[in-house]
Amino acid sequence: MTMIQALRSAMDVMLERDDSVVVYGQDVGYFGGVFRCTEGLQARYGRTRVFDAPISESGIVGTAVGMAAYGLRPVVEVQFADYVYPALDQIMSEVARLRYRSAGDFSAALTIRMPCGGGIYGGQTHSQSPEALFVHTCGLRTVMPSNPYDAKGLLIASIESNDPVIFLEPKRLYNGPFDGHHDRPLVPWSRHALGEVPEGHYRVPLESASIVRAGGAVTVLAYGTMVFVAEAAVQETGIDAEIIDLRSLWPLDLETIVASVEKTGRCLIVHEATRTSGFGAELAALVQEHCFWHLEAPIERVAGWDTPYPHAQEWSYFPGPQRVGEALKKVMEG
Amino acid sequence: MHTPSTAGGRSCLWVPEPSARPGERTDFSYLKLSPAGAVPRLAPDCRYEDTVAHKNSLIRVLDDDGIAQGEWNPEAEPGLLRRGLRTMMLTRAFDNRMVIAQRQKKTSFYIQSLGEEAIGTAQAMALNQDDMCFTSYRQQSILLARDYPLVAMMNQIYSNTADPLKGRQLPIMYSSREYGFFSISGNLGTQYVQAVGWAMASAIRCDSRIATAWIGDGATAEADFYTALVFAQVYHAPVILNVVNNQWAISTFQAIAGGTSATFAARGTGMGIASLRVDGNDFLAVLAASQWAAERTRGGHGPAFIEWVTYRAGPHSTSDDPSKYRPADDWQRFPLGDPIERLKRHLIQLGEWSTEQHEAAWQEVEAEVLAAQKEGEQNGTLQSPHPHSAANMFDDVYEHQPAHLRAQRQQLGI
Repeated sequence: MTMIQALRSAMDVMLERDDSVVVYGQDVGYFGGVFRCTEGLQARYGRTRVFDAPISESGIVGTAVGMAAYGLRPVVEVQFADYVYPALDQIMSEVARLRYRSAGDFSAALTIRMPCGGGIYGGQTHSQSPEALFVHTCGLRTVMPSNPYDAKGLLIASIESNDPVIFLEPKRLYNGPFDGHHDRPLVPWSRHALGEVPEGHYRVPLESASIVRAGGAVTVLAYGTMVFVAEAAVQETGIDAEIIDLRSLWPLDLETIVASVEKTGRCLIVHEATRTSGFGAELAALVQEHCFWHLEAPIERVAGWDTPYPHAQEWSYFPGPQRVGEALKKVMEG
Repeated sequence: MHTPSTAGGRSCLWVPEPSARPGERTDFSYLKLSPAGAVPRLAPDCRYEDTVAHKNSLIRVLDDDGIAQGEWNPEAEPGLLRRGLRTMMLTRAFDNRMVIAQRQKKTSFYIQSLGEEAIGTAQAMALNQDDMCFTSYRQQSILLARDYPLVAMMNQIYSNTADPLKGRQLPIMYSSREYGFFSISGNLGTQYVQAVGWAMASAIRCDSRIATAWIGDGATAEADFYTALVFAQVYHAPVILNVVNNQWAISTFQAIAGGTSATFAARGTGMGIASLRVDGNDFLAVLAASQWAAERTRGGHGPAFIEWVTYRAGPHSTSDDPSKYRPADDWQRFPLGDPIERLKRHLIQLGEWSTEQHEAAWQEVEAEVLAAQKEGEQNGTLQSPHPHSAANMFDDVYEHQPAHLRAQRQQLGI
């Protein structure tokens, strides 16, 4: 399966298993989503389970809060993560806090899917990675898969979670892995092992990171598209790095991170989002706090520049394998 | 009231003002009032177009002599009216007592609903107990109408050891799933959309339960107000969308929310939703309009929108001093009067109540509130050394406490 098919399969499985699951968002119903992630679901489950919504992010999320309070399990879509901002009041003030402020009387067991990330000439409003906003908001779970297998298993786990989940989908990875070499042809998921996705129900647990490449020289913390960029950089530099795909950004799998850095003594953090106060800063702080006596070099970060995401300058902005490779060398020299 | 002007044929920024400031007299002619009984009743399954004329009139039942007039007379049993009167009195007595408790520093904050008691009380009496209310912070009368324990409300206000919300919430931000009362949020307007979502969920399940949404005049300026109307109309959600127009949003007159050039009811019809404009201090009108709206929404005829015209008689909150921005005698001059006095006069006129009974009822509700207060204060107040354990501060952020919160709790030594 492609990541698109895997995500659709996860929603299909959950719509079938649990009649409290409802799926809606802009263009999600009849048309099947602008990225085809919900294609065929309305025809299969009917308009009262899968439907089109007005162009109103706060309306989509706000109604989902009410539905969750009623007892449904909404899976809603924001067409691009860049357009989530009108819903931030609902997400930060309501979704994240409902359980806490009502002492468990009400909760918001909902999943908010949003395509994120750049590398597609998306310009300023089709490329952003706003994960740091959600990680900073107590009460939310923030998740980002990097391949079809994880995408399906994590989405099922997210829908089944009784906590609200921000589910970020790197749209650059929808059709195939992408290592930042934009001049090379796309390899489809059908030619990748992680494109092997079971048809039925399975979970990839939340709060569990995945070691995608074992190594002893340096720990690379990455997620989303950056997992493949890191793999390419490791291959090209020949540095024996351990690459960890965080999968759940927050709450996260601190044990796997700490065990790896204690082993390697070095750490490189990679993300597409802008650098300052990005999620990488939290990761760096955690590694510093927990692994200080094991560190042999300063923690390095490779991130998007502190600018809005540009159009023509896409490949100067996107943290590709060359920049990641340079940082790997630097952290090894440190 | 000042009127927009042009300067040299050009646009000149218009900033609305109330007709009167402290020391002056409000001109209430802006209110668009109708005589009692003048507005025709509609069928609950009418088209929204049929309500377009209603947006600029005012449904009223009780006239100045306390006599019920016209087609909107709900013809309620006197027993129900006496129960409504008692709930309104209980609400007012509770408010009075809690304002005193705030002044005594037993709690940090309180918001009274003086003058608006009829709206929540009568609508609650028109609903079923399992209909879900998504309120703002001034509908405490709904909880009282549903017999929510006074002591539980006080425990919440005092953030004491029996506080159902474990001391986490600002006073008066109640929550009770059991009593169909959705968790109150400090963020204005958010619950308006959530109510529509709850109603959509009920409709997805083909359930007969309905939701009620509550917002004040000022908060209608929030984006979520319009969002809620769009979703309610698009999906024919079984929701009653209430706007409590009490003329004031803290210090801003409702004209600053856009309320004087067009009524709030006009926003409902503008969105294609059947809309009424109702005397919010007329218990019978509130009951009748709420029954109409409940019948409409429960019957699958789409949402209903109601603007309740009332007056915020008290300060906005215990942190507010209205004498700084409006005339001190404003409520006495408000043409729709006091909801308790008006229902009392009606019941007396029917021969179903008396001045003596009324006085006795005041003593009874005050005693009830006092007894509840004594009981509540046994669980502590905000002044108590440990109003609530800090350990539970880390619970309920998530369903299960994640490792980082466990670590933070241990850091606090608990």
